[in-house]
Amino acid sequence: MAKQIIVPFGPQHPVLPEPIHLDLILEDERVVDAVPSIGYVHRGLEKLVEKREYPEYVYIAERICGICSFIHASTYCQAVEGMMGIEVPERALYLRTIWSEYSRLHSHLLWLGCFADSMGFESLFMNAWRLREHILDELEATTGGRVIQGSSKVGGVRRDIPNARLKEMVGRLEAMRHELQDLSDVFFGDSSVKTRLRGVGVVSRQDAWDSGAVGPTLRGSGIAQDIRSTGYAAYDRLKFEPVAEPSGDCYGRCMVRARELFTSIDLITQAAEQIPDGPLEVKVTGSPEGEFYARAEQPRGEVIHYVKGNGTRHLLRHRVRTPTFANIPFLVSALKGCELADVPVIVLSIDPCIGCAER
Amino acid sequence: MGLFTMGKTVLKQLFGKSPNLQYPVNPAKKTDKTRGHIVFDGSKCISCRLCQKKCPAVAIAVDPKAKTWQIDRFRCIVCNSCVEICPSKCLAMDTQYMPPFTSREHTVETFAITWVKPAKPADGKKPDAAEG
Repeated sequence: MAKQIIVPFGPQHPVLPEPIHLDLILEDERVVDAVPSIGYVHRGLEKLVEKREYPEYVYIAERICGICSFIHASTYCQAVEGMMGIEVPERALYLRTIWSEYSRLHSHLLWLGCFADSMGFESLFMNAWRLREHILDELEATTGGRVIQGSSKVGGVRRDIPNARLKEMVGRLEAMRHELQDLSDVFFGDSSVKTRLRGVGVVSRQDAWDSGAVGPTLRGSGIAQDIRSTGYAAYDRLKFEPVAEPSGDCYGRCMVRARELFTSIDLITQAAEQIPDGPLEVKVTGSPEGEFYARAEQPRGEVIHYVKGNGTRHLLRHRVRTPTFANIPFLVSALKGCELADVPVIVLSIDPCIGCAER
Repeated sequence: MGLFTMGKTVLKQLFGKSPNLQYPVNPAKKTDKTRGHIVFDGSKCISCRLCQKKCPAVAIAVDPKAKTWQIDRFRCIVCNSCVEICPSKCLAMDTQYMPPFTSREHTVETFAITWVKPAKPADGKKPDAAEG
């Protein structure tokens, strides 16, 4: 048996966008085990729920993450609305769906760029982020914020998108489809991408399921689990097929995210066609009492917001189970047996968002 | 197969228009809805302190006695909460971002509240109704 050495990886590492620390146990160049540790960006956001009134806390819930911000806010609202038994107007649900899909587009493009960067494919990285810029422009023009939209509120949404504008947005997305196709063709077909990703960080279907992985990470191992199929917001009125790839390696996870870009465009197109006219919000009075779990599909996987109220304006407890936290055991099993040089690619392939995971 | 998949994109970018903005020369993009910074109009503020109460970042301090309205630009998260809640519409959202600050001391801005409660006329009628 070769001598074991421990190589620390992170929290500061050129390939890592956010701080996670891994102790890699190596035998020669091969990783035999990885010990993750988190806790570098804990901000205590859940505790703040005791200090802010529940309608204002949505701003803080949104700032849990800087990428999936809108979905955090809308899921928190979903949880409070569920607890208080509020019926949200149809138009608000559709708008939430549209903005959620826009943030998925922007998050997946960001990830595809970062992933290309981790393989050393710089011009692909630049191109993914160039396309992401169009999505961010659209988000800014409709909500006022590029990454923090601030458009969801308990009982509905704060801003409207006029129907004419929705049509224009869909037109622009359809025009972007060709460019996205060109981009994903590179991910699907380029020989350097394939050589770098095929067979790297393979996790079998059963292992992925056992590790409790969620979202594209799980779908990359062939399990088509997508929380959007449960039909929250307006997803039950829209048709879509969860994307899954059976290979279970980094290439499969990359394919899932690249293919989901087109699912998102389809969903936005459908939602823009079906969106009914009507009010944007209902007036929310009183204080929540009871508890509620709300689930939603974030770009990284399933997020759960748990809220508990005691009949005052301040909630008693707010707990978030973020997708990255659920994907860390998957990461550990993917790292076992890989080469040291493949570690950055495998770590990025689960799309780690440590800001989310630690809150 | 699999080689030069980026060729088309690269050629397009080589001879096409640059997607870059060349920022300091060309101004940054902004839209009508961009949340830049909060603007305060002291002549309308009725010192109700709702903005202070509803601020999720505790960035606003209103002192009705000293007649001042204070905002910490570093604490402010530009969420638009105060603008939405303000009953006298003395707060507004400007689309321009704040310039960078060079020291922590200058981030707190204090504005004077100049609104004066209209005096009740002696006959007890509402001023608006009297003027027609």
